[in-house]
Amino acid sequence: MDEDIKKIVLDYVIEEYLEDEDEKITYDTPLISGGIVDSFSMVSLKRFLEKKYQISIPDDEATPEAFDSVNSITELVEKYIKED
Amino acid sequence: MSFSEKTRNIYNQQINEIKEGGLFKQERFIHSPQDANIEVEFPEGSRLKNVINMCSNNYLGLSSHPDVLKAAHEGLDRRGYGMSSVRFICGTQDIHHELEKKVTEFLDTEDTILFPSCMDANAGVFEAILTDEDVMISDRLVHASIIDGIRLCSAEHDTFKHSNMDHLEKKLQLHEDKRLKMVITDGVFSMDGDTAHLDEMAALCEKYDAMLFVDDSHASGFIGKTGRGTHEKYGVMDKVDIITTTFGKALGGASGGCVSGRKQLVEMCRQKARPYLFSNTIAPVVVSGVVKVLDILSKTTERRDKLEKNADYWRKGLTEAGFILKEGDTPIVPVMLFNANLAQNFSKDLYEEGIYAIGFFFPVVPKGQARIRTQISAGHEIHHLDAALEAFVKVGRKYDILGKTKQEIIEKYGM
Ligand SMILES: Cc1ncc(COP(=O)(O)O)c(C=O)c1O
Repeated sequence: MDEDIKKIVLDYVIEEYLEDEDEKITYDTPLISGGIVDSFSMVSLKRFLEKKYQISIPDDEATPEAFDSVNSITELVEKYIKED
Repeated sequence: MSFSEKTRNIYNQQINEIKEGGLFKQERFIHSPQDANIEVEFPEGSRLKNVINMCSNNYLGLSSHPDVLKAAHEGLDRRGYGMSSVRFICGTQDIHHELEKKVTEFLDTEDTILFPSCMDANAGVFEAILTDEDVMISDRLVHASIIDGIRLCSAEHDTFKHSNMDHLEKKLQLHEDKRLKMVITDGVFSMDGDTAHLDEMAALCEKYDAMLFVDDSHASGFIGKTGRGTHEKYGVMDKVDIITTTFGKALGGASGGCVSGRKQLVEMCRQKARPYLFSNTIAPVVVSGVVKVLDILSKTTERRDKLEKNADYWRKGLTEAGFILKEGDTPIVPVMLFNANLAQNFSKDLYEEGIYAIGFFFPVVPKGQARIRTQISAGHEIHHLDAALEAFVKVGRKYDILGKTKQEIIEKYGM
């Protein structure tokens, strides 16, 4: 997996969703099922990724499962970068 | 019979889970009108207890005001009990139209449409005015009814961190290409008692050509110098595009709500908002009462001034006694206890002392932020507040939390 993408996604999630500086997350932390990102807020994450990498992720691929960890998000992004 | 044993068990199990999670809600029966003092039956079947009410939304003490009662009686006599119709068939009386005009004047907007409740206003408004070409950007702590309305609307939805203007600006930039943008917030946040920075928000909305939506349910009638709401407090009366509010709190406390704002947006609601089109009109007796409330509030600021004094007095008393409060300058004063059990026990002990105030904990507020939310009213006299303070101090001593820091309370009782 592309370490750069992973790092960028992790930083974005920390900046965007963590309210408390003491909270820590890793590449595997469940984000949506763990209550860190509500499924509403997924939208901005998707839009951020699409703009950043000039890709388009179809809505039916942007599932809560696919967005549930930094690792799974990175996989999704890589898939669409390759397709382009 | 289709309510089989299996079906019944599924529900029993869910109800048990709610109980085990400590989230089971129980009603307390009140045998008197809403007021500073109320007669309460709790638990069911027990002897009536006279307590001081510290948790109602009766901010202006108008829920049982004699002039409001009189106006309601007259409304009942002259316009009947019910209309048995939605607004656009045969449910609009002259007084509905009159109330809409009065609300428009009071809030200093362009037009107003009544809804059965503010919950209904929030549920219906977004779908009526936005489409999938648009975006809604909401504060992360907006009221549940706004969340429901957002869910029913096909526009894209994004959020910004609570009252974080830098984050809001980033979101406005992110969605700059949308046809219409709407920034959505509560005026006063009901759990914390803080206010949205509408001056900064209005400036951002201007910069990025976004509309501004404010739910002023916990503000209409008493926030701002003449009680018009949060937009008055922040000097942006002409810059808020939509206000939703309720008549079920400060404005008489019966029921009903409205969408007030730009003419075109109100017109879209009249044509398309489903709770307006498909739910019954507000009862004449209630409409007459709210008209009277607005008359009273337009004549004098006496009640909101008294409320402000009472709230200051209450905050000062609790702070000096050594409680930790959420900062703010509204009549919503949350006393922080952090631990859910502590909040529940504290509330029970207060009740023993004749004080009615409720504990709030997860999921209503974030984990580790349990509290007793107190709400001050212009119906309170200083002696009510003194008695309540005495009880708070007594119970606070019992749990040894007075003058303690957040850290110390958490160490003692856990998160
Ligand atoms: C911010 C906010 N909006 C809307 C509502 C709903 O108002 P109503 O009781 O008129 O449905 C409430 C009431 O709890 C509220 O606090």
